[in-house]
Amino acid sequence: MSKQLAFYVNIASCTGCKDCQIACKDKNQLPTGIRWRRIFQYEGGEWVPQDGELIPSNLYAYPVSAACMHCASPICLEVCPASAISKRDDGIVLIDANKCIGCRYCSWACPYGAPQFNATLGVMTKCNMCYDLVDQGQKPACVQACPYRAMDFGPLDELQQKYGTFNAPAPLPDPSITKPSIVYNPNNVTKLTGDKSGQVKNLEEV
Amino acid sequence: MAEKNFLMKVLTENAVTRRSFLKWSAVLGGTVAVSGGWHYGLKAVEQAATAPSPQQIQTVGCYHNCGGRCILGAVVQDGTVTRLVPDPTPASQENLNSNPRAIPCLRGRSQIRRVYAPERLKYPMKRVGKRGEGNFERISWDEALNTVADQMKRIKSKYGNEAFYYQYASGSNWNGPDSANAVTNLMALFGGYVNMYGSYSEAAYGQSIGYITGGYSGNSADDIPNAKLVVLIGDNSVVTHAGGDNAGYWMMKAANNGTKFIIIDPIMTDTVVATQAEWVPIHGGTDVALLSAMANVMVKENLYDKEFMATHAVGFDEDTLPAGVQPNSSWMAYIMGRGPDGIEKTPEWAAPITGIPALTIIKLAREIALTKPCAIYQNWGAQRRAYGEQIVRTIPIIAAMTGNFGISGGNSGNVMNGAYFPMGGIPAVENPIKASIPCFMWPDFITRGTEMTSGPQDRIQGADKLSANMKFMWNYAGNMIINQHANINLTSKILEDETKLEFIVTCDVAMTPSCKFSDILLPETTGFEADEIITGEGHGMKGNHAWALFNHQVIQPMYESKGIMWIAGQLADRLGLGDKFRNGHLTSDDWMRDMVAVAQKAIPAFPSLDDFKKTGIYKISDPNPIIAFADFRADPVAHPLQTETGKIEVYSPFLAKQNDPKEIPAIPMYIPEWEGVSDPLRSKYPLQMSTTHYVARSHSTFDNVDYLREAHPQAIWINTTDAQQRGIKNGDMVKVWNDRGEVHLPAYVTNRIRPSQTNMPQGAWYTLDANGVDVRGCGNMLTNYRPTPFAKGCSMHTNLVQVEKL
Repeated sequence: MSKQLAFYVNIASCTGCKDCQIACKDKNQLPTGIRWRRIFQYEGGEWVPQDGELIPSNLYAYPVSAACMHCASPICLEVCPASAISKRDDGIVLIDANKCIGCRYCSWACPYGAPQFNATLGVMTKCNMCYDLVDQGQKPACVQACPYRAMDFGPLDELQQKYGTFNAPAPLPDPSITKPSIVYNPNNVTKLTGDKSGQVKNLEEV
Repeated sequence: MAEKNFLMKVLTENAVTRRSFLKWSAVLGGTVAVSGGWHYGLKAVEQAATAPSPQQIQTVGCYHNCGGRCILGAVVQDGTVTRLVPDPTPASQENLNSNPRAIPCLRGRSQIRRVYAPERLKYPMKRVGKRGEGNFERISWDEALNTVADQMKRIKSKYGNEAFYYQYASGSNWNGPDSANAVTNLMALFGGYVNMYGSYSEAAYGQSIGYITGGYSGNSADDIPNAKLVVLIGDNSVVTHAGGDNAGYWMMKAANNGTKFIIIDPIMTDTVVATQAEWVPIHGGTDVALLSAMANVMVKENLYDKEFMATHAVGFDEDTLPAGVQPNSSWMAYIMGRGPDGIEKTPEWAAPITGIPALTIIKLAREIALTKPCAIYQNWGAQRRAYGEQIVRTIPIIAAMTGNFGISGGNSGNVMNGAYFPMGGIPAVENPIKASIPCFMWPDFITRGTEMTSGPQDRIQGADKLSANMKFMWNYAGNMIINQHANINLTSKILEDETKLEFIVTCDVAMTPSCKFSDILLPETTGFEADEIITGEGHGMKGNHAWALFNHQVIQPMYESKGIMWIAGQLADRLGLGDKFRNGHLTSDDWMRDMVAVAQKAIPAFPSLDDFKKTGIYKISDPNPIIAFADFRADPVAHPLQTETGKIEVYSPFLAKQNDPKEIPAIPMYIPEWEGVSDPLRSKYPLQMSTTHYVARSHSTFDNVDYLREAHPQAIWINTTDAQQRGIKNGDMVKVWNDRGEVHLPAYVTNRIRPSQTNMPQGAWYTLDANGVDVRGCGNMLTNYRPTPFAKGCSMHTNLVQVEKL
């Protein structure tokens, strides 16, 4: 069995521009409304009065780029009544459009909301790690697209060796649920999963 | 996100424990029955059943006005571009420290959606009904070209060539063959047209920087990582210069390398967030007050380079004032309270003006004075304001005082620089008419051109006055005639009167709002549909490297679109100027061969046109950053600045001669803005509103691109406290208005903008409802057509508005 493949996202280099999302949509020709890669704008802090002025207090903000985590324990695969979801040898989790019945269980089950229903095709769709590019020895489109070189891709253990093992930035869910194949590099203000001090500000966009 | 799933629950309830997840999935487990039956609709795999034909990757460019000029590879299959790849230069040739690949930002990356957009102009059209209504009828190319040629002849014979204008525009920036010069050359050969000067981007900067540092030069962006501290004023480069080798890249490289950033901005921009900067959340338009108070601290605490200011500057203190100038005219006198206003510019003075506590100002002054080297950069956001000239001239003083002028890791206080590729474009035919208007003042050219003079009200250059009002406008690849100019309701009234400006011809790729105010529409090809050359330029704020790119035609021209060079040539034929216009260039390749020859003169190894087409990209790079004015620093006598005095003109003799000490002072001063933070009008319109550049657009280019609209919807940013007072929740639709107009759009409620400040990003396409309200978020419904005093530039970040929940 080959090694589990994974994404790496460096929050300390990410500007939240969503080039990765656009590249994903360009590569996979996704319609609007379906976003295999999303960027959460997490923000906290407030403005407080001081000497007659309002000044910022503990203000922080950071973006988190996330797609399908190609989990070690993919819950989507477990709940699929049509056995349409499989995990390749290299760990890439795929939906077989020929088997998918579009019931959306996977979307409801996935803590990351990765599978999304394509109404035109009548099936669930999600990040497939650009497996066609991967099979040609290339990195996924999102990783190649980042002008700030904030992303990487490769076997999870190698990414962990290189970048550490952090995989639990807020506002993402607790990684113990599905054991996501992901490495994040936090910046100085990144909060841990479960943090309640901030809010996702761009819900409409994700 | 519409779907109610676990993710949405996590995001909205902050309930991110394994326990809550298990509960949620248990609910799922209990509802196995499938509602709605089994779906055997169209399947993705069936779509791709036939074997694909081979793919080809060819270089194409991004050619809009951010300055980035990034490089793309188009994946072409069966005559269609199926996807794009970033700068295909092999990774082995990339040097992340001196010559990174020009990976396009999200805008360039979405080019396919712009080329294949439903808004494309498909064929030539003529207006039917009133101007501005937006009703058009399809016509033939012959009829369109004959109409334009006939109107050119008619208007020339009736009003003369000074009734012609080529409108400011920036949608297409090929070096050639298709470039603005095709149109301006045609107009020059036809007898000429009134010129324009300045820009909407940097008028105050471009017109005033000469009267402080003489040149237009900062360190190149690849020098930023050499700084220990970076101070940015009005700079959001990770958004405005977002490409893979632009300023944003170098800033992020510096930030990740331990360089600290201090960013002075009313908005906690993406650059503040991404560089993890110390944010100085200043009231818009008060930067000069802040910097004056910081200088006051530096002087009092003896934290500045006295010797450098004595040898390299004019009028910083009384000792270096030019002979014959009244005492206490120096900047030192101004900040220390000995100037005509008698007010010392202390931190306590600046605090209520700027909204920054006095203690913070003192700390900032000490940190900026004591951290070496410190790179102080301005960008153009701070100067698109009522008195933009003042901040432009203040920032270099701080750079000079702190010993950072002309050194690596420092900067001159100018905007960033970068290398240029020695190629050029279509040679310009000399315009026989020399008169030039400030580009922002074209509506005055329509309504009162013959009254405009070189005097202080209009500052016509090249002539004392104009002899005609504007009667003919050429608008090529531009959205300035309605969308991007201030106060749309005023502009539209001027344009709707067809007795004033009699004829407008627009050539563009899509049905922009400006098209709707035109009389003839000519559809142009996009970059996918024609061979073009483009070069990476310094104003993309790159490092010390540049390139030439061959943009391949990768698809057939869509519909009836044509390149502007062909269009201008056809018009030249109809005006009897064909041979002069072409000057021996019969094909697109003929023009490009000349351009290649220019490059070969500078770089003998530059390939022939045929070889250049094959390789697509030619890059040059110097591992050493550009250090602006290093020679001047070393020896100000041998290497004087290009100012009147050869030195840094803190006191400008030229500006003193303008004899307008209140609005065009000889030393930079804090001038409270009309519609600024201290304007009594705030009792009616309490919120400041800026119209900054947006990550989803290059000005108004890309506003119709669905992917970008989805990724970054248009909204007005408003502080949480201001929103709460108005009962506005994040995402609510709001009404934004002032005396000039009204806009309805969603509110983005955030603490990332200071209280009393709002921001409606510029460039959304003006779209009215039945009540004359813009419903797409076009900020120029609310901006003011009031030029800055000296540069006559736009002041589109200076506005007061009120906001209310709809």
